Amino acid sequence: MREVALLILGAGPAGLAAAIEARARGLEVLLLDENHGPGGQVHRAVGGSYTPARGSPGADQAREGLRLIEAFRACGAEARFGASLWAVEEDRSVIWSEGGVARRARAGVLLLCPGAIERPLPIPGWTLPGVMGVGAAQTLLKSAGLLPEGRAWLAGQGPLLWLYAAQVLARGGRIAGILDLSPPGGWRRAARHLPAALTAPGYLLRGLGWMARLRRAGVPVIRARALAAEGGERLTHIVFDGRREAADLLLLHDGVAPNTQITRAIQGCAHVWDEAQASLRPVLDPWGRTSRPGILVAGDGAGIGGARAAALSGRIAALEAARQLGALTEEQRDALAGPLLLRRAAELAPRPFLDALFPPLPAARIPDGTILCRCEEVTAGRVRAATALGAQGPNQLKAYLRAGMGPCQGRVCGPAVQAVMAAARGVPPGALEGLRTRFPTRPVTVGELASLA
Amino acid sequence: MFRRSGPTDCTILWEGRALPARAGEPLAAALLAAGVVAFRETPVSGAPRGPFCLMGACFDCLVEVEGVPNRQACLVPVTPGMRAGPQRGARGAP
Ligand SMILES: Cc1cc2nc3c(=O)[nH]c(=O)nc-3n(C[C@H](O)[C@H](O)[C@H](O)COP(=O)(O)OP(=O)(O)OC[C@H]3O[C@@H](n4cnc5c(N)ncnc54)[C@H](O)[C@@H]3O)c2cc1C
Ligand code: FES
Repeated sequence: MREVALLILGAGPAGLAAAIEARARGLEVLLLDENHGPGGQVHRAVGGSYTPARGSPGADQAREGLRLIEAFRACGAEARFGASLWAVEEDRSVIWSEGGVARRARAGVLLLCPGAIERPLPIPGWTLPGVMGVGAAQTLLKSAGLLPEGRAWLAGQGPLLWLYAAQVLARGGRIAGILDLSPPGGWRRAARHLPAALTAPGYLLRGLGWMARLRRAGVPVIRARALAAEGGERLTHIVFDGRREAADLLLLHDGVAPNTQITRAIQGCAHVWDEAQASLRPVLDPWGRTSRPGILVAGDGAGIGGARAAALSGRIAALEAARQLGALTEEQRDALAGPLLLRRAAELAPRPFLDALFPPLPAARIPDGTILCRCEEVTAGRVRAATALGAQGPNQLKAYLRAGMGPCQGRVCGPAVQAVMAAARGVPPGALEGLRTRFPTRPVTVGELASLA
Repeated sequence: MFRRSGPTDCTILWEGRALPARAGEPLAAALLAAGVVAFRETPVSGAPRGPFCLMGACFDCLVEVEGVPNRQACLVPVTPGMRAGPQRGARGAP
């Protein structure tokens, strides 16, 4: 079997920066990503189909992304794109599918940088074609230059919603309106974190700039509490606080949460419920070490910190990998990592402010008829009924309902199911055991399995 | 739902119908830009579904590509002449 010193999953800022740092320490690096090029979510298609005009929203970040991608291309790491990882074995062998064939390699150190996914915002009718994530629409913008057409509504909360809206306007696109679902009192809640946030004012200033751009363009911003999507074969209307409006596209957003699909499936890799982010995250030390020897996690997959913090934690984890592989002594690692740890702390300073401003929307308010598990079409009401019958948590729920057992394995619904069950039982979500995932974490074909033998 | 802000450079075949596309873009983007909103029917209730996450997480964009079922249209890059069609009914390992 193929052996590789450092195997990195994910070509977002965390994985790319880790690869560059590891190569600088002389490590052999193999990097896998199921995307078809480097950049991850934030820097997707930068330099290709995504090249924002100077000064337009997201342009600074795209420039940073381009620099990172160029440095990565020059660093001598082996990159495999279109490579989707679906198993990590006891001896740190990983298995991935690539062009219809499964491949395997054993990693001396495995560094997982799987990034974040959009936190689902379950509302009645959100499974209709025409309803998708704000981040999903942004992905269409970056990877194919698509702009919303017809009556496009944005709903929810969080920085990405405002950034996307500003990006659409800057390219001549139109938005029918923004439904702000953020819980009232955000600025009051967040005020005590403001001094810390102002130590890195760039974040706040950029956000205020996007909002100002929308105001200038006259996009209606409407505060709403309840929202539903309606339609037969596709979305035709949205209903909010008793008002009904025609809609061709509804984009939902409630922040992003760590993508723990791979880490949760690894035996003995401990996770905790993160209250501020309403999701599970792996238990890590400052180097990114999990509870499994030789397996590290960096970037938003470890907890949401944004692109710059992700790149720094990638470098920090790479230095620790170099120590574990004997390329650095502990003293050398510490000397190199010191400034990076300080910079990461500075980048993370605004996070408590953002978390307080946009706390994830409460699961208790999701109406009974709303589908929670999109794959198996299980409603919040049925999850609540099963909880009343004695299902203790998401794993026990599987004995009652198929929630979390479809092809996405609870990737999308897991945190929502956990929060709904906890609210029904009157306990904090962290008191329930999070949904376990299993390898293969994606459907694998017989042909792919056969190619492994 | 969506319109293009840039040019196309090839065509793909969706259920035998030629649609404009750009090589390398996600198949899901090409379909959405051409006005295709429902990519599949759910095996549970037969309800129409279209892409939701565009990043490989939700599996709502499953289609058949060149006769192979269960392909995530958001992760498949367009190649000129690519043939695809909706996914109906059962999914999982073929
Ligand atoms: C849809 C979306 C859009 C976003 N847009 C922005 C933005 O415009 N600006 C911003 O500041 N932040 C954005 N974010 C937040 C984003 O999480 C961070 O800014 C940053 O991208 C995190 O970097 P990362 O390296 O941790 O992960 P990512 O950039 O998410 O990279 C993770 C990579 O891992 C790959 N991967 C994951 N699992 C597997 C697997 N099993 N097999 C193979 N590959 C895998 C993914 O394909 C991805 O390329 C966005 C988040 C999402 C979810
Ligand atoms: S749209 Fe979610 S997996 Fe393709």
